[in-house]
Amino acid sequence: MPCESWKTKLDTYLDGELPSEEMRAFDIHVHSCSSCAADALARVQMKRGIQAAGKRFAPTAEFRRRVQGTIATKPHYSFRRMWVFAAALSILAVASLLSIYLGVQRSRTEQAYSEIADLHVAALASSSRVDVVSSDRHTVKPWFQGKIPFAFDLPEVQNSEFSLLGGRMTYFGQTPGAHLIYAVRKHEISVFVFQEGVLRGRWDESSAVTKELSFNVATWRQGGLRYFVIGDAGTADINNLAKLFKATSS
Amino acid sequence: MSGVGPQSDSFEALAMPLFDQLYNFAHWLTRNREEAEDLVQETYTKALKGFSSFQLGTNFRAWMYRILRNTFLTSRTGLKVTMTVPLEPEEDGPELAIEHDTPETILLERSNRDLLQGALDELPVYFREILVLCEVEEMSYQEIAETLSIPIGTVMSRLSRARKTLRDRLQPQSQKGSAAIAKGTNRAL
Repeated sequence: MPCESWKTKLDTYLDGELPSEEMRAFDIHVHSCSSCAADALARVQMKRGIQAAGKRFAPTAEFRRRVQGTIATKPHYSFRRMWVFAAALSILAVASLLSIYLGVQRSRTEQAYSEIADLHVAALASSSRVDVVSSDRHTVKPWFQGKIPFAFDLPEVQNSEFSLLGGRMTYFGQTPGAHLIYAVRKHEISVFVFQEGVLRGRWDESSAVTKELSFNVATWRQGGLRYFVIGDAGTADINNLAKLFKATSS
Repeated sequence: MSGVGPQSDSFEALAMPLFDQLYNFAHWLTRNREEAEDLVQETYTKALKGFSSFQLGTNFRAWMYRILRNTFLTSRTGLKVTMTVPLEPEEDGPELAIEHDTPETILLERSNRDLLQGALDELPVYFREILVLCEVEEMSYQEIAETLSIPIGTVMSRLSRARKTLRDRLQPQSQKGSAAIAKGTNRAL
């Protein structure tokens, strides 16, 4: 199918409203087509922008009390009907909660992956990619002291194909974290470290590397911290850098 | 129980969690705090009266939103809006994605929420409401169709045109912003 045909369905895809088979086909296409991936990213950003801008008006507490007072005046009904109604409500509430929980978990994970990809792209596009420029881990690690509420270890990469370019502060969910940038051949790979509690989602920890918006991503939890390694390098490179971090932090 | 009926208890339990969302939606429709409050108050009163006709297991949220929207459409502001806004053509197909330098990316760079809120505010009410329902309330197309009493196909085409209109309106503002930034940069140099 030509790209333009995919693009006509892009919004429906991002709204999660295509039939499941088409959703899967679209996933595969977006992962392999940089043009559609870029458009998808732009539209997701627009969706998020509208979502943030749209939550604009909040009722006053006084107005809420007034309405609640109005609807609290109610007619009498039989106890039998009350119990039937209460039972039905409970079932409805449990079913709703379950489906909401599953939906929220899935959407949180997708959103988190997407934000990690955004942070990676935004840093690489920036004129000052790193705040601390050094290939020496003993320079980069202390730079984070007092800036982030946790400590972490950087691996020794001198005898590997990776080189450390530097680090910068980053934020996820208004909480600070560390962002390190490594180079391997002509690729640049980001490593993000956050406190585990900050990022809520159901992470895929079964396989080492997954594809998100055409980037390869590895994530794991270690020592109360959540690590992400993301970049356009091959899965082997992402995996090797992840292994170096895992070995250092264990 | 002290005279507290089960039905209205259930209504309160179901309806009050929607209060903030309904108020936000009402404000986007009326663009006025007092009118939004009146609209929400009337919606809750009508919904409580008609709660006995609500079928359990069907979508309560869509039911509440439909009451609110119908109440708005028959209000003085709503009538004014529907009388002054031309009927929209529904036959437009979905538009193609923009290739590059999109308003979205410019928007992200500046994090300009005010710009987006202003652009949303200026949209015709039928675009504004569908964008709020889809993006802010995260309703499915089916829920939106139930709320607005339109077919799903119309939901898709209207959403597509609403997004395109919003992008088109953001484009000149984004370019104006870019020019201002470029001018500032040149001056700094």
